[in-house]
Amino acid sequence: MPLTDTVMYEEQLGQINTVLTRLRSEANSRAAFLIDRNGQQIAATGEDLDQVDATALASLTAGNVASTDAIAKLIGEKAFSALVHEGDKDNLHISLVNDRIILVILFDERSSLGLVRLRVRKASGDLVHIFEVLDQRHAAEIARGAVNSSPFSEITDDDIDSLFA
Amino acid sequence: MTFINYAAREINCKLVYYGPGLCGKTTNLQYIYDKTNPGAKGKLISLATETERTLFFDFLPLELGTIRGFKTRFHLYTVPGQVFYDASRKLILKGADGIIFVADSQQARMEANSESLRNLTDNLKLQALDIRTIPYVLQLNKRDVPGAVPVDVMLKALRIKGEEYIEAIAPRGVGVFETLKAAARHVLISLKKTA
Repeated sequence: MPLTDTVMYEEQLGQINTVLTRLRSEANSRAAFLIDRNGQQIAATGEDLDQVDATALASLTAGNVASTDAIAKLIGEKAFSALVHEGDKDNLHISLVNDRIILVILFDERSSLGLVRLRVRKASGDLVHIFEVLDQRHAAEIARGAVNSSPFSEITDDDIDSLFA
Repeated sequence: MTFINYAAREINCKLVYYGPGLCGKTTNLQYIYDKTNPGAKGKLISLATETERTLFFDFLPLELGTIRGFKTRFHLYTVPGQVFYDASRKLILKGADGIIFVADSQQARMEANSESLRNLTDNLKLQALDIRTIPYVLQLNKRDVPGAVPVDVMLKALRIKGEEYIEAIAPRGVGVFETLKAAARHVLISLKKTA
């Protein structure tokens, strides 16, 4: 598969969850989400997560980032690296971890924008490193032909039909 | 851009419904949403104007089931069809794994169909995607309109690579799931080829 596909392995997901949990705690925030720029959720941690439709949040945030990115280019900026949405009670801090990954922090009056920014900066560095290792691992697995054992190389018409049965 | 989560054993794919304004893209999603078991779908999100024209996109997450031990999720998006929303259409095509082109069978919309198809081809190029290789299905919608353009005429004008086509009447559900299934099949087969 092309390297442009996003993959996630157990080891890296564990590391990501550790970073997000620490970030949420240190930033005193309600929740932290990691999503890709196509709107797929990668990881989430927080209180009352079942109160938030994380799938819709991921898709809408990706749309938001994509449109803001296009606006940046219209005015001659390369990108806006962070977006902040202020509500009456809750606020969102949205930032780019790298060119594929978006970090979303949901926070209320128990935290502050300054604290969130500070903690996000530190966590982003950790996340960048994890994704570099992830990409290297994926590339190595492709190189040594490990993807031949991918479940998708064996998909049959019956498998696909069964999805719509 | 497929997201394969080996940790959670999930695979997520993005399907985009493309086509001219008022061809029935949102209606396809609405029908799928209405007829899908609540446990297998998320919220249908519509970013629309006051007159219910799509402003940015519609979004419907669907869980189709398990394939080889992997949960298979498709995220369905529509683009705004109106010509002047081209900047939005370009954004939504980013990372698409498959395209469904919804064509309007009314004679008066044939030029709009062709223009939208040209626009799709150009916008895919901007995302480094090629209409000749991306999983792609053609839906001929509104087959119930009086004086619908004959299928062979539509195919001659709109079919670009011998792709599978499905005749549809989206508000009644005719051809809607068949189209989705065809597109999902092509995306999964493309994964098989590249895996």
